Amino acid sequence: MNGTSNMGRISGVVPLAAEDKTVLHTLHAWLVTVDHKKLGLMYIIYGLGFLVVGGLEATLIRFQLIAPNLKFIGPQAFNQLFTMHGTTMVFLVGMPLIFGFANYLVPLMIGARDLAFPRLNAFGFWLSALGGLLLYFSYIGGEGLSGAGSAPDVGWFAYAPLTAKAFSKGHSTDYWTLGILVGGFGSIATAANIITTICCMRCRGMGLARMPLLVWLYLIVCGMVLIAVSPLTAAQIMLLLDRFAGSHFFDTQAGGSAVLWMHFFWIFGHPEVYILVIPAFAFASEIIPVFSRKAIFGYPVMVGATCAIAFVSLGVWAHHMFTVGMTSTGNTFFVVSTMMVGVPTGIKIFNWLGTMWGGKLRFATPMLFSIAFLFQFLIAGLTGIMLACAPWDWQLNDSYFLIAHFHYVLVGAIVFMIFAAIYYWFPKATGRLLSERLGKWHFWLFLIGFHMTFDTMHFAGILGMPRRIYTYEADRGWGTLNLICTIGVVFQIAGVLIMSVNVLRSLRKGKLAGSDPWDAWTLEWSTSSPPPEYNFVEIPAVKSRRPLWDLKHPTDPDWKYE
Amino acid sequence: MSATTDTVRREPAGGWAPSKGLVGMSCLIIAESAIFLIFVVAYLFYLGKSASGPTPRQVLELPVLNSICLLSSSATITVALRALRRGDTKRFSRWWLVTIVLGGYFLFGTGHEWYRLIYQKGFTIQTNLFGTTFYSLVGLHATHVVIGLLGLLLVMAFAVSGWVKQEHAERTHVLGLYWHFVDGVWVVVFTVVYIIGR
Repeated sequence: MNGTSNMGRISGVVPLAAEDKTVLHTLHAWLVTVDHKKLGLMYIIYGLGFLVVGGLEATLIRFQLIAPNLKFIGPQAFNQLFTMHGTTMVFLVGMPLIFGFANYLVPLMIGARDLAFPRLNAFGFWLSALGGLLLYFSYIGGEGLSGAGSAPDVGWFAYAPLTAKAFSKGHSTDYWTLGILVGGFGSIATAANIITTICCMRCRGMGLARMPLLVWLYLIVCGMVLIAVSPLTAAQIMLLLDRFAGSHFFDTQAGGSAVLWMHFFWIFGHPEVYILVIPAFAFASEIIPVFSRKAIFGYPVMVGATCAIAFVSLGVWAHHMFTVGMTSTGNTFFVVSTMMVGVPTGIKIFNWLGTMWGGKLRFATPMLFSIAFLFQFLIAGLTGIMLACAPWDWQLNDSYFLIAHFHYVLVGAIVFMIFAAIYYWFPKATGRLLSERLGKWHFWLFLIGFHMTFDTMHFAGILGMPRRIYTYEADRGWGTLNLICTIGVVFQIAGVLIMSVNVLRSLRKGKLAGSDPWDAWTLEWSTSSPPPEYNFVEIPAVKSRRPLWDLKHPTDPDWKYE
Repeated sequence: MSATTDTVRREPAGGWAPSKGLVGMSCLIIAESAIFLIFVVAYLFYLGKSASGPTPRQVLELPVLNSICLLSSSATITVALRALRRGDTKRFSRWWLVTIVLGGYFLFGTGHEWYRLIYQKGFTIQTNLFGTTFYSLVGLHATHVVIGLLGLLLVMAFAVSGWVKQEHAERTHVLGLYWHFVDGVWVVVFTVVYIIGR
């Protein structure tokens, strides 16, 4: 981009209509863009697209398990389905979605015109896209010369020695490794970019203590990405060396250790859960105050608690490995460290409640999803504490109780807050509000479906149903529970379909949003909807955490009290 | 958007912000350190656990000259960068070239070591756990030296063309940080592989 055309745009000389609007040109513009808003939307669309794919995989899994002794899907295909479902949801849905929202929101919230390294940003996105492509290409190219297996079927944590050449023939596992490796490079690049943006590009007056909580939480999340995704990258390089160069990292016959892979994977795997859930916290910390008409309760404590979660999360990984067998010292350490996570998360839940307490609550769709998130995240945390107890975990590890627990986090907390964020920021990105009526249908259907599916899973797990079985005998007594689980899926699909209809209809016919439909307080609402390419005509200057409140209430501004 | 962002002076709270290159490179270094940490852990974990020979003591020789070259290249790049900050581009080019030669010699030394191990001693990545961890850790570091050298060569090409000026001191400084990191990692690798491991 050259400077003169940019300056022209900023002063509004070049009207939008003058730009070329043919389909090919629009497509080209999106392909070569380095604009953080476009890339953010591309990340989000990419993530939502794979959410549908991963959701369909889950649906197939659920329909296979709807009744005992079904042979609708064979064991091999079932293994591929749960592997692809897990990998897709974590790497191709979770990561793109959190980075998408960060891309879109962080520069707007700190009063910047783009990320620090716009081209690196585009590079990160296209690497992530390549990662997804590689993973799904395995369905076509995974068979390799040996003709074994078309998609990875080693589970999303791919324990050794199952991933060894001898047990995973063909190239499906290689596509899995490469997809994650490449996507991981993209994540690290984008995380570095966001950290740099937050450190270097805040507008005048925005000290660290005046950043919106979302920005703070993303700063912490991106720091975690740097530290936690890298071990996975290292482990994947080792796996590649094992499979292609004949090294022995995870080759037990040559003295290698299968347990070492577990350690390396979960050093990434557990912080990864927090990498995904802290952005959900970030959305809640923006949405709950606006719909309670109160400033966030305990801002510094929220930041501190998030730092504490990030710190503790780096020392809890082996709670995934209680059943492997550790020393009692090891067990005790990981029990205690895991339970400690409950303290800062508890603080956060109380702070959100404190924000709502005495507020003037508005139950718009984003708020409904946020309230459901509060309850569900609490339950997810409580079952987490139960599983943190080593003896309880020995009993229920790899059962449906565990599946229920982490889906309560991943769906009950993260997906719910992503829906909340979509309803909340959709008007900013498109200029049009989503329909509240359809939004409420979406919310209630999805809520009912979620609880039918995942509440019942707890009971199936306690009754002994292990994960990753493709069918079960009728006399186990899991039939009814599984039936309810699967019916819940239908409700969830209905909810998502309604959201899709809502999005498509609102894009054309939705109520015009204006720049600030929710009467909110952070900087992204000070510019037009959708924001111009340059975000702000004039770079704003802020004096408090709620610059728009100050603007709207000149007689009673926040900066007098902060 | 770089044209616009540069024209607007950014002054966060205190009127001071670290340079973007510095923060970005620090992030990269943190991430890379985590990658190296995992490889170092694997090396130490598998120390002495090989099912068959040879052991490190039987095949490894201390790469003394190599290490001296690489570590002193950290000093020469500092001299070069100081010269550039003063605007002395001639001195900069000279010391930058010395840095490249030292780094190149290190790479040559590693290649020589590997040649000796693979073709004379028949010791490869497939031989045993020691081979697995040795070649991957040292290889990972050598890969970083290669990447660093490519960066240095690019700047050298610019310098030869007369395009590197005083105003580029900060950008070259950021590349210098990466080079220091590569050298720093060698201190760890050297300690782990050739001192503790041998």
